[in-house]
Amino acid sequence: MNVVIAPQSTTTPRWLRRLLPADAAARHALRLGLLRLVIGANLALGFWYLSWRYLHSVNWESWPLALALLAAETYSYLGAWLFGLTIWRLRRREAPPTLPEATVDVFITCYDEPVELVRETVRAALAIHTPHRTYVLDDGSSAAMRVMVEAEGADYIVRTAEWEGLQRHAKAGNLNNAILQTQGEFVLVLDADQVPAPEILDRTLGYFRDPQVAFVQTPQWFSNVPPGDPFGSQATLFYGPIQQGKDGWNAAFFCGSNAVLRREALLQLGITHYVRDLERRVRRALDAADRVLRSAEGHLARSGERSESDGERMRAAFSELRAAVHDAGDALRAGMPVQELTWAFQRRAAAVSRLLVQGDLARIRAELAETPGLDSADPEGSVAEALDDDRALTALTARDSSPLAAVGAVRALLLAVDVHRSDEAQPLMPLATISVTEDMATAMRLHALGWRSVYHHEVLARGLAPEDLRTALQQRLRWAQGTIQVLFRESPLTVRGLSLGQRLMYLATMWTYLSGFATVVYLAAPVLYLTLGWLPVRAYGGDFFLHLLPYLAVNQLQFVIVGWGRSTWRGQQYSLALFPVWIKAVTSGLGNVYFGRRLGFVVTPKTRPKTRPGMPWGLVRLQLVAMGLLAGAVLLKLARLAWGVDGDVLATGANVFWASYDILQLSVVIKAAAYRPVEVSETAVPNQGGAAGAAQRGVLAARRPAGA
Amino acid sequence: MELTVHTRRDGVAVVRPTGRLDLVSAADLRQQLADLVAGGQRRLVVDLAAVPFIDSSGLGALIGGLKTARLAGGDLRIASPAPQARVILELTTLHRVLRPYATEGEALAGL
Repeated sequence: MNVVIAPQSTTTPRWLRRLLPADAAARHALRLGLLRLVIGANLALGFWYLSWRYLHSVNWESWPLALALLAAETYSYLGAWLFGLTIWRLRRREAPPTLPEATVDVFITCYDEPVELVRETVRAALAIHTPHRTYVLDDGSSAAMRVMVEAEGADYIVRTAEWEGLQRHAKAGNLNNAILQTQGEFVLVLDADQVPAPEILDRTLGYFRDPQVAFVQTPQWFSNVPPGDPFGSQATLFYGPIQQGKDGWNAAFFCGSNAVLRREALLQLGITHYVRDLERRVRRALDAADRVLRSAEGHLARSGERSESDGERMRAAFSELRAAVHDAGDALRAGMPVQELTWAFQRRAAAVSRLLVQGDLARIRAELAETPGLDSADPEGSVAEALDDDRALTALTARDSSPLAAVGAVRALLLAVDVHRSDEAQPLMPLATISVTEDMATAMRLHALGWRSVYHHEVLARGLAPEDLRTALQQRLRWAQGTIQVLFRESPLTVRGLSLGQRLMYLATMWTYLSGFATVVYLAAPVLYLTLGWLPVRAYGGDFFLHLLPYLAVNQLQFVIVGWGRSTWRGQQYSLALFPVWIKAVTSGLGNVYFGRRLGFVVTPKTRPKTRPGMPWGLVRLQLVAMGLLAGAVLLKLARLAWGVDGDVLATGANVFWASYDILQLSVVIKAAAYRPVEVSETAVPNQGGAAGAAQRGVLAARRPAGA
Repeated sequence: MELTVHTRRDGVAVVRPTGRLDLVSAADLRQQLADLVAGGQRRLVVDLAAVPFIDSSGLGALIGGLKTARLAGGDLRIASPAPQARVILELTTLHRVLRPYATEGEALAGL
């Protein structure tokens, strides 16, 4: 098994271990030196290859394919730069001594996971060594969950009444709700299935001695992954070299679970963004206000016959309202606090509406006086006098009953130019709600405010990975969609406050999710050559191989050294084979950001569906079609070669090799679709030694979903 | 605002506005009620079941209708106001002039 990602990997062959220095720091220095050497070589050879491709090899006769391939290769090369920059600063950390006096809240977020599954997490959380309070944040609000949580001795939190009828913001909303109801200086966030080790806080709190550190992320590691990891669940490359590299640029990602966060940082983030959103909303409303008021006035003027005095009053009202908007805009530009200028604006709007209401009331009084037969109906005195009641005036001028609210757009204007956030359950949203991957967006905002982050490379919690292909694909799709949302909503290239390195680290992750389009070209090119003879490069001669092969070889060598004893092959396979998922993520993410379309958000289930007969070939049909086309094209070409119909052996060889490589990468989906979960035997549990390993086995046995 | 008028066999006209009765629509209603009275229909019931919101100009239109009907020797009653309308009528004490009848049937009785 090659899934153990503790720094002292047992998978390193003995002969290699003997060659390496015994001291961890020296080993790290050696690894980093090798890495930088191979990264430099890779980028240099890549530059050499790509410039040859641009300058000397484009075959303009097949220009559509030639240009598409050049674009795909350029994309990949830029990706190599981003990856190389990440790894360049790979950072190894030793846990500093803990903070004994810290107060900590442990949050376990759940939605509708089985109670017994959450119970294991709750027990493990209660057993964490450092003093703390344990809270279960139940977004499913189930009675059974509450009973379990209280029986175990933890605290139970559900959404407050304020959330009713408003956007719930999924997990980000769940956490935001709890943050405002608790007090600890630090918050450990755990998904419902992430069973923490007792020392998780001892190992991470020490980093907060640096008052600028906002969060410490630890790896996500899955205890239920079968040998061979058919769904590529263990993200050994990400929770390892990539996070360590990002850490070197002070850009470690917060990944939503197994992380400790500083409450002060979250609250500062919530307040900063509340103020920023507020100013933006007020500015936008004031910018549009002039047009809104003009069209409202026109609309009212056309809406019925009015007496001369009515018309006069209305014109006066709108002219005063426009003046109020104008002054508020000036005040905003002059830097007056939003609270003051919105208050002044609301008071003037109320005065305008009082003017209108007073006119109406005067007319009502006059008409009542002219109406015969009212004295008997009003034994307690004159109705006209009763109308002067302040209460009546207040009731009729309140914002939601004011005559100004008659036009929807004006109503919206009055609501917008205020400090109250009527569309959200709570004004402070510490965790970003702009994306379904709230964790990445939150980390980026924290970095933009100048906070630091830490990636601590030690498995301190063990979770459950999806156990069926459908769920695994849903999970990847959601991550990719969320990343694309952040890229287009708050692009790391333009957000203020990030360093260049941080921008590139966020871009690096987003860049990888655009790979689906390049993959289509890499799959189509050999098929088009083998069947139609389209040649994107001038010749597959010696020049081609001279430029390409060293680049490819060093590229693979780079992955070997980056992996440092752990295979990255499964990850490479999935990054190519899931091309339909990546493309769908980009198109649906763009549709969501720019056209407000729904993403179809799903919570990743922690247990596999009980019965789903047959193998889910439908989920991977595009990959199967691609493999069929590649194989068919190879066979066709070989047959024609055998019959002597055409004879470019070199080009055919190159393309057959290329197609075979594609098929090999894609074939991972066959393994995944054909995978049938078996009872996990004890030998499948990695030997982490001692009590932790034994406890883990117990947990696994207890966590088998019923009927599996 | 949409508005339908149904004249019953006993001569009472039932007016059913639909939508907000506010600055935009009040002048319309005022005009319609005046037209009905001018056309000889002096007994009116305004059914407010489908009016979710009334402001001061809406109240003005109803009082205007009441005056016109009374001057012509008839009457105007309102029926089944929505919660917001009921609150506004009570806060302004106009419910003592325009009694909100719970149903159209109650408003019609004895008119």
